[in-house]
Amino acid sequence: MDFIAILSIFVLACFVGYYVVWSVTPALHTPLMAVTNAISSVIIVGALIAAAASGSLGSKWLGLVAVTLASVNIFGGFAVTQRMLAMYKKKERPAAAKH
Amino acid sequence: MEHVAVNPWAALAYLIAGVCFILALRGLSSPTSSQRGNRFGMIGMGLALITTLITHVPTIHVLVVGQAEDVDYWAIFSRVDPVALLEILAAIGVGAAIGLTTARKIAMTAMPQLVAAFHSLVGMAAVLVACAAYLNPAAFGIVDPFGQILTVSRIEMGLGVAIGAITFSGSVIAFAKLNGNMGGAPIMLPGRHVINLGVLAGILLLIAYFTQDQAPWVFWTVTLLSFAIGFLLIIPIGGADMPVVVSMLNSYSGWAAAAMGFTLHNTAMIITGALVGSSGAILSYIMCRAMNRSFISVIAGGFGAEAASTGGAAKVDRPWKRGSAEDAAFLMSQAEQVIIVPGYGMAVAQAQHALREMGDKLKEHGVRVKYAIHPVAGRMPGHMNVLLAEANVPYDEVFELEDINSEFAQTDVAFVIGANDVTNPAAKTDKSSPIYGMPVLDVEKAKTVLFVKRSMGGVGYAGVDNDVFYMDNTMMLLADAKKMVEEIVKSLD
Repeated sequence: MDFIAILSIFVLACFVGYYVVWSVTPALHTPLMAVTNAISSVIIVGALIAAAASGSLGSKWLGLVAVTLASVNIFGGFAVTQRMLAMYKKKERPAAAKH
Repeated sequence: MEHVAVNPWAALAYLIAGVCFILALRGLSSPTSSQRGNRFGMIGMGLALITTLITHVPTIHVLVVGQAEDVDYWAIFSRVDPVALLEILAAIGVGAAIGLTTARKIAMTAMPQLVAAFHSLVGMAAVLVACAAYLNPAAFGIVDPFGQILTVSRIEMGLGVAIGAITFSGSVIAFAKLNGNMGGAPIMLPGRHVINLGVLAGILLLIAYFTQDQAPWVFWTVTLLSFAIGFLLIIPIGGADMPVVVSMLNSYSGWAAAAMGFTLHNTAMIITGALVGSSGAILSYIMCRAMNRSFISVIAGGFGAEAASTGGAAKVDRPWKRGSAEDAAFLMSQAEQVIIVPGYGMAVAQAQHALREMGDKLKEHGVRVKYAIHPVAGRMPGHMNVLLAEANVPYDEVFELEDINSEFAQTDVAFVIGANDVTNPAAKTDKSSPIYGMPVLDVEKAKTVLFVKRSMGGVGYAGVDNDVFYMDNTMMLLADAKKMVEEIVKSLD
């Protein structure tokens, strides 16, 4: 892929991000931060490439450490988001009817 | 140009992963669809992980020499390197164990520091990946036929390592401040603006020079300076400005991922980076707007310190009324509608569960209970909402500022707990006030205001006195937030 193709994807994704994020309800802004944190750990792709490559021992170990750090984030980030989202509950019907 | 051939199936998988991430954020538009959205995120991440593990499995080359029908032959085979693969899987396993344990054990009140800690990890991972790419560019397919790193990749790497390092050191400071390892007060270095601008300019110039000379000293100096600037940028920013800082670092972690995505020509990383980058930027914007301050002024820092010195001197003794838990219980049980306004103090006192209990008791008395959330209440965007959700407060009883502000005038009791500046009417009337222009909750329009506060001595973060304390229809409930609410619950029986 040439640079312009990649740049196009990036610019369009920025616009998608802009509209999608504005549609997030403010009540879920903390889970939004937690989940964006988890998905930004997709940087693990680069870490895995470095960890798997031969040719430089230093590069390989940096890669392995990065894989560990990113994994903490991926698993921790999604799990804590899930935990938070499970807490958001609607009013129970009987309680609403009582008033 | 030597380029690692792009496997079309892998490229497709990364694209699908990117789309899954978009759907993950899209799901957050409502609490009902949010859990499905999170699952999309997990699917996308799983897809990206497995694709990379398959396309970049570690291999070793084996030389086989043999003799068949009196002819010597030799051949080189590539096969999976089981040790290296195991090392990678172990690294993922260790990370997963740490991550899952932390996520399960963390208290909801500690969410801001957890998010800051997680940001620091993304930042560090980005730095490490950029360093690995610098040390072994051939593995990333970014070298020209002469073994030199491609010019465009040098810029991407330089930016990636710089943004990653700023994210890391900035998040570490934010974590220390949020976690109480470091005082929340801004720390001011003399001439810090000059130092910061100088360091930033130095980083950009060195990245520009890096395109001409890929010498190690250039790369490592950029890395070190970036760690330093992240640190310098965050130390002068006070505790209550942390919502902006945390959002901003969120944004940076996205841009760091995007920069590395450019280096690796990886669509999943680029899409994610753009999503996270814009998400953090929008959250910072929302937070700044909610404080009526410019992003620059927040980042320049020192807000709390300067305001406190001016606000303290102008303080005069004015009469105010003190109420007891019984008074509060009586007033609220007689009300038709009570609006609860929580703030950071509620989080500190961990009063959310007691507060929900109070709400339940009031509902038993036939009182309508609503919650009003100011966008900057707490230490990160949406902080109060999470705590109330944790205490089982239904989310349809919780309202944002613009949706509920007009209701205070028809409300019998406004119950302010652990919030201060966000209720200060000076923001609407007093042009000289440091918080002038900030949108505030109109609690003073309610028939009665109950204000839970530790003592009369402390003023809010902005260091300005709040006129609401001294109004005829205000009753101050001076105590620890949690204890006060528990006593009110007892009196409501």
